[in-house]
Amino acid sequence: MKHLLSVDDLGGRSGIESLLDRSESFLEVTQRDIPKVPALRGKTVVTLFYEDSTRTRLSFETAARRLSADTMNFSVSTSSVRKGESLLDTVHTIESMGIDAIIVRHGSAGAPHRIAQSTDASVINAGDGRHEHPTQALLDAFTLRRHRGPSLDGCRVAIVGDIRNSRVARSGARVWAELGCEVTLVGPPTLLPESMDGWPAVATSDLDAVLPETDLVYLLRIQNERISDARFPSVREYRSRWGLTEARADRLKPDTLVMHPGPMNRGIEIADEVADSPRSLVAEQVANGVAVRMAVLYAILGSGGPVV
Amino acid sequence: MSDDRLSDGTVLLLKGGRVVDETGDRIADVLVRDGLIAEVGPGLDAPAGATVLDASDAVVAPGLVDIQVHFREPGREDSETIETGARGAALGGFTAVVCMPNTNPPLDEASVVQAVLERGRNAPCDVRVAGCITLGRKGHELAPLGELYDLGVRIFTDDGDCVADAGVMRHALEYSTALPGAVIAQHAEDPALVAGGHMHEGEWSSRLGIPGRPAEAETTIVARDLALAARAGARYHVLHLSTAGAADLVREAKARGVRVTAEASPQHFTLTDESCATFDPVFKMNPPLRTARDVEGVIAGLVDGTISAIATDHAPHAAETKAVPFEEAPPGMLGTETALAVAITRLVETGRLPLASVLALLSWQPARIAGLTEHGGPIAAGRPAHLCVIDPGATWVVDATRLASRSRNSPFDGWKLTGRVRHTICRGEPVVIDGVATR
Repeated sequence: MKHLLSVDDLGGRSGIESLLDRSESFLEVTQRDIPKVPALRGKTVVTLFYEDSTRTRLSFETAARRLSADTMNFSVSTSSVRKGESLLDTVHTIESMGIDAIIVRHGSAGAPHRIAQSTDASVINAGDGRHEHPTQALLDAFTLRRHRGPSLDGCRVAIVGDIRNSRVARSGARVWAELGCEVTLVGPPTLLPESMDGWPAVATSDLDAVLPETDLVYLLRIQNERISDARFPSVREYRSRWGLTEARADRLKPDTLVMHPGPMNRGIEIADEVADSPRSLVAEQVANGVAVRMAVLYAILGSGGPVV
Repeated sequence: MSDDRLSDGTVLLLKGGRVVDETGDRIADVLVRDGLIAEVGPGLDAPAGATVLDASDAVVAPGLVDIQVHFREPGREDSETIETGARGAALGGFTAVVCMPNTNPPLDEASVVQAVLERGRNAPCDVRVAGCITLGRKGHELAPLGELYDLGVRIFTDDGDCVADAGVMRHALEYSTALPGAVIAQHAEDPALVAGGHMHEGEWSSRLGIPGRPAEAETTIVARDLALAARAGARYHVLHLSTAGAADLVREAKARGVRVTAEASPQHFTLTDESCATFDPVFKMNPPLRTARDVEGVIAGLVDGTISAIATDHAPHAAETKAVPFEEAPPGMLGTETALAVAITRLVETGRLPLASVLALLSWQPARIAGLTEHGGPIAAGRPAHLCVIDPGATWVVDATRLASRSRNSPFDGWKLTGRVRHTICRGEPVVIDGVATR
């Protein structure tokens, strides 16, 4: 794998499964007293984030350091970008410093693809506009697999919320489906995809019909600007129809799990009590994120040999 | 236009070609003198001092007419100028173009229109302009339509922006009926439905997570405008029609006698929204590239006469403005130098239309829409000598770096196309000889 721009680059089910297998061994590394291996010693990765995301950036940087790579942080908000430098000029500047991989987050779909076309370095997509967020999808699959795996065949996953504008849903639906899950997208009609062609999923607005059969409820963050955008009338109405309230959680199967990519809007898409309940894997998702990103970095920059 | 720009003293003989115009098709030589067609007939002898241009195995047609170009002057001379734009148009076989008014400043007052016409006065093709419908293209107050009309403007449009306010559109249509030959042309995309959108809304926007511009943004505006035009008895023209639905609406309105015309751009009968999956902003334009079904609907409209013109929407953008992520790039693509060849490749080579019909769509029909009486007419003695000579079967490969435009944003870069312009004659002057611009 030269780049990870989209789920397309993962090599289908077998590619995803081998990355998840590799993530298991990196999870073991992160639990050691000295959670560090020399696998990427001498490699340099840079994080280039055009959108603020402290948690994703920290996760990638931690992953790189635990592989002994050198990390640099190109801070868009305080840099030449502020002075009008173009995306590709910035990339060429970074590349000139001898970088092996660029981890990029950008507000526009396809920005990592554009970068990959103009650099020799590897490019990892850490979220591009509404398009994709492949490492989030991998860490979510990894997290579910640790509870329900190794096979996820037939697992029922409901992704609930603003699907239309979600890169997490776009990558997630595809990875879940590759692993054999049955994916249902749930939300107000105004926030479901404008076309289901190309989505390996079905869509509905009836959350209560979906929940009793669901093995995993995956909640997405609801943004307030969708109200001014006339996508739904109010937070109160959203919560009553699509929020995972305590009452709804009580009607789930006992072993149904709950995930959220964070940051959560407690009290809107997820009730406080549900977020902190034993069903919730939110904290585990974050912890697993480091291991999965180690596996991705290793797959792209590593020798391919065994990790010590 | 005034005769003083005709090419006095020049004598040309186009030898050995097949003359195709709206009256038909015959083997004939064409003698041009002092900017006018002097004689048309077989086996003409070259007068002393005449320049003989070889037209053997070629088609001699009225010069092509592009009723929608953006030559970016004034305002964005870094991406195109009237000089470079007109050169490219001449290379594409065009002898007349109509520049859209979305310049900076916009063409919403007489002085700016005069300045642009003056800049184009000696260009290698006839440079005309469309005027704004509303002041500043803001959609509120009418521009001085009558004053612009008196300068020769016949097409009025806020192109790039849609006149969204139905009341303003109604009044523009009504007012235009006082100006014989004037036409109100609409960029039919409802701004409320396309706000924040960057490509056609559908399967591919959904897959790519790029906010969409739905087909209904076009069909709702066209449906509304057709009702308003019918009521006003006004002429209405749909710019760059891109959806099967709008083609159906225009077809039905024409049958009812509404005074409507429509044009289509080569990209909208050739490319689909799937191209956007490359994330290459060269495929970003407004209206956006649509589905294969829409492409088929546009072709059907061209075939049955619902759509009576091909116009390029030639929209140059400096390289750095397109070297950005898709959502940040400006919309638009180059068109003048590839239009004829794309039309021949997509419509003639595929058997959908005969060459003469494609020439009608690119020459005399758009000339009639725009009121360009000098252009597109029959090739006959006494007519102004605006001609193009075409090798309809010649193939070539588009190289964007070799186009005359100051910009490079052609989605057809690297395409092998059929149909090539051999010579272009504007006002009796050979402005393109053997595919090379003479100035």
